[in-house]
Amino acid sequence: MATKSEIKLLGTPASPYVNRVQFVLNLKSIEYEYIEENLACKSELLLTSNPVHKKIPVLFHANKPPICESLIIIEYLDEIKPDVHRILPSNPIERADNRFWANYIDNKFYPLYEELRLTLGKEGKELIKKQIIEGSVLLEEAFMKFSNEKAYFGGDDIGYLDVVLGCFLAWTKFVEKHNEFKVFDDVRTPRLAEWTKRIWSHEAVKDVIPGNEPIVNFYMMLQKYKPPGAV
Amino acid sequence: MGEVKLFRTWSSPFALRIVWALKLKGVEYETIYEDLANKSSSLLEYNPVHKKVPVLLHNGIPICESLVILEYIDETWNKGVRFLPEDPLARATARFWAKFNDEQVFPSFFRYFMSQGEDQEKAKEKALENLKLVEEHLKGKKFFGGETFGFLDLVFGWLVCYPGVINKAINQNLLAKQMFPNLCRWMEQFGDVPVIKENWPDEEALILKFHEMRQGLGIYISLPN
Repeated sequence: MATKSEIKLLGTPASPYVNRVQFVLNLKSIEYEYIEENLACKSELLLTSNPVHKKIPVLFHANKPPICESLIIIEYLDEIKPDVHRILPSNPIERADNRFWANYIDNKFYPLYEELRLTLGKEGKELIKKQIIEGSVLLEEAFMKFSNEKAYFGGDDIGYLDVVLGCFLAWTKFVEKHNEFKVFDDVRTPRLAEWTKRIWSHEAVKDVIPGNEPIVNFYMMLQKYKPPGAV
Repeated sequence: MGEVKLFRTWSSPFALRIVWALKLKGVEYETIYEDLANKSSSLLEYNPVHKKVPVLLHNGIPICESLVILEYIDETWNKGVRFLPEDPLARATARFWAKFNDEQVFPSFFRYFMSQGEDQEKAKEKALENLKLVEEHLKGKKFFGGETFGFLDLVFGWLVCYPGVINKAINQNLLAKQMFPNLCRWMEQFGDVPVIKENWPDEEALILKFHEMRQGLGIYISLPN
């Protein structure tokens, strides 16, 4: 199928959206070339391959036009290599349910982390933390429904939502430390607390999730180019 | 294929794309109109996370988020007309532009409509910038789907009606033919598809609604003669 030179991924180590694509490439045993992007000074390659958003990740497959948006890339990879580690289920209802929660995670839950960073003042921050905690409870309920007593959202092994949520774990750890609270904790979200440890050590994930240094560097860059208070 | 219900508001463009999709697939369904100022207990039960419409109920199972619903309809009623193309790259492209519409094009247009003065000028610039990207994407194609219409035409379908009605309501036209020849041509062609042509909210009611929405901004509009 796809050989190393055929698939290229443009990204940065600290981007969870890039990481989730890497999880899927690993799960599907798709070899790829990783091209590192400098977001502080965007390359010609990025600007021409994603002129609409100028964002990573961007996937290049042979000579085809580039594919952008991490969830769209994941569905593309699932469709070109459906027989190896299926990411989305084949049943339309389950697919719809998975897509709904991915939408929630990307559009409602994770943006709260950035909102927390940008909010000044203790009171404001406490309000956002409360929303993150409420979100974590919703996700715990979703996990119980999807996992059906098994280890992952996907059941016995990693599936779509494991990849979609799992990519945020390094940032979650950073945000928790920085703001002195737990997003997923043993009392409020016991199943997800367990799941985070499991995911972190999964073969397809453990070498992709960034260490603290890239996260801190990325955070410093955000603080510089989009300082708190600038909503 | 089971019982189908659609929870929607009468005026929302996101609901319309679902109406078109169901009718194009020949699916019989029941419509339940929601008053968003007074949401039904059913809606709160079927979409507890967002409490929004549209919601599709199929055999008692709710599906939420209009793009998710569209793909669900396409995958479930999969004999006959298909909205998304077969080729994975073409599907990825359609999904990309659908997301761009829902996250950028439509919201920027809405912001332009719901603002005034200097804010509106800035919002107008952004809306035009987004629409120009869509215009470019449509170049050389009869429909967004190519020779035949598909998923992306349903997603952008709101352009066929809403900007025109807004123009009638507040005498401002964003989609000038000289600036958007591809879009204007597509609007005529897609607008002519019978299912699309026959399924729009009442224009007079929409004009009134747009006036009401703008009045909330403290603008008093004199209706054109």
